[in-house]
Amino acid sequence: MTVLFAFAAALLFATGTWMLLQRRLSRILIGVGLVGHGSNLLLLTSGGPGGSAPIIDTGDPADFSDPLPQALALTSIVITFGVTAFLLALGYRSWRITRDDLVENDVEDRLIARDRDELLEETLLAEQEQRDEEGLE
Amino acid sequence: MTDLIPLVVIVPLLAAALCVIAARHRRVQRVLSLVALTSNVVTAIILLIEVDEEGILVTQAGGWRVPIGITLMVDRLSAVMLVVSSLMLISVMVYAIGLGDEERRFAAFHPIYLALAAGVSASFITGDLFNLFVAFEVMLVASYVLLTLGGRREQVRSGMTYVIISLIASTFFVTALALLYAATGTVNMVQLAERMPELEAGVRLGFSLLLVVVFGIKAGVFPLFFWLPDSYPTAPGAITAVFAGLLTKVGVYAIIRSQTLLFPPDDRQGTLLLVVAALTMIIGVFGALSQDDLRRILSFHVISQIGYMIFGLAMFTLAGIAGAVFYVVHHIAVKTSLFLVAGMVEFRTGSGRLSHVGGLVRSAPVVAILFAFPALSLAGLPPFSGFIAKFALVDAGLDKGVYLVVVASLLASLLTVMSMAKIWLGVFWGDPEDARVVRRLRDPSSRSPYLMGIATAVVVSISLALIVFADPVYKFAERAAEELLEPGRYVEAVLGADDGS
Repeated sequence: MTVLFAFAAALLFATGTWMLLQRRLSRILIGVGLVGHGSNLLLLTSGGPGGSAPIIDTGDPADFSDPLPQALALTSIVITFGVTAFLLALGYRSWRITRDDLVENDVEDRLIARDRDELLEETLLAEQEQRDEEGLE
Repeated sequence: MTDLIPLVVIVPLLAAALCVIAARHRRVQRVLSLVALTSNVVTAIILLIEVDEEGILVTQAGGWRVPIGITLMVDRLSAVMLVVSSLMLISVMVYAIGLGDEERRFAAFHPIYLALAAGVSASFITGDLFNLFVAFEVMLVASYVLLTLGGRREQVRSGMTYVIISLIASTFFVTALALLYAATGTVNMVQLAERMPELEAGVRLGFSLLLVVVFGIKAGVFPLFFWLPDSYPTAPGAITAVFAGLLTKVGVYAIIRSQTLLFPPDDRQGTLLLVVAALTMIIGVFGALSQDDLRRILSFHVISQIGYMIFGLAMFTLAGIAGAVFYVVHHIAVKTSLFLVAGMVEFRTGSGRLSHVGGLVRSAPVVAILFAFPALSLAGLPPFSGFIAKFALVDAGLDKGVYLVVVASLLASLLTVMSMAKIWLGVFWGDPEDARVVRRLRDPSSRSPYLMGIATAVVVSISLALIVFADPVYKFAERAAEELLEPGRYVEAVLGADDGS
């Protein structure tokens, strides 16, 4: 069972990573969900093989499954759920503003990069002109 | 006295809940926020005094014993972080009330700000790795909402990047926790520290690196910083100051805590962290030099400064870690005040572009003075606190013999002076170049409200107080470093207290 879980977690991580690398928020969201499930499954598996319900006086404590990772996984699931809901709201907002959910470029960053490119072009042009002039002389 | 520890989390959360109920009454919300944040300052100071006299304070949440319950512990490092962060949180809240924009338009502002405060405090007091994850999430979810509060186009854009990157870091964190639990059977930091030497060297190395990556994303170290200068500048005015001052420092705190407490000395990532520190300092400051927007320049400086803190930690010597602790304290105060001044400049001129504004030294001399002190301090000019912090680090670096990193730190320092001069020339000297800015400067109603100025002045004077009290603060940082380098003390404090109860 543990091996199966491990493979399932691996599969979730792999597909989730692929989705995370996309440019559309809706796909990234699915990716986040998949990777989140993968890590939660891993957390659950970290408690070792399953057993009976861990309630005192209901059986041999040696057969109990470890309740702590279950509690941790539950906490983590709730957090993933909340953040996914927030991302969905953000995606909706983006769609209302731009009619798209593409993750856009950082404008300021592009602006600075463009300035540099322009500067480079200008210097190259100036050098070219100078060389032309020298050639004419 | 240990009963006071949970208060720094409970009080803001309780106040947040009450603020939700009082959503229609802004005055009630303001009083609740200010009372809760003041209570945090008082509690933090009491804890600081207590911890300095009696050593590490430990309490078990709900009275459950160690492996079952959540350990809350306050050592000197956590105590000083609590004091500085609570002082910043209340000052920025006063500033936000003065600024009024987001605070007045959104009833959610106060409860979410208080949740952020609770998350930051919880990260500093927890002694349980999973609880640290929960504290991070509380803080981060609050920061997602605050970042995108206005719902403007660029906020939505940068919010997406910020949320996705943070989510990926959180997923790594959960994965690391799962693997740690599978390997050791506990997520309590002290128990982890005890059991870590039993693991194989390769496994320990893996855990150490995984945690450095997780916290490195939050702290914004090279090469994991790219989200920071993109997202921080788009946040509402007052909020950026808290983000830049506190959030990345929580990541730095987590790196310091995990590297010193969890792993035996030979597993600490000294060399890797030194390389990362040098690159973070240099690349951050180069980024700052190429920007035109005030807040973006300052955001790149955040990255550059994180490098210094990591540099101090990475030496793993008493002087190095003491320098790093002092640096964090100095940096939080200075960075917060610089962003608050940036907010005042934007309020006064309506723009944060160096190419648009100018001449503020005549039209807003108070703002110019408030900018000059922390800017010189950030650049590390004597006698400001930045000089003392950098001097301590360079001294420790020379002792350790890491000359290349020392050279990198001095170079970064020089470039910081350059970019501060660039801001000074662009914002305070010269003439405003944009017609809208000129018109706004003539309009007396665009003067920043007094509360903004007072809050900024308080934060600036905290950073100036670090010059006067440099000696006691540095001695305290040394004691904190001493404590951090002896993980045995934590094991004794937590497990010893447990036997007694």
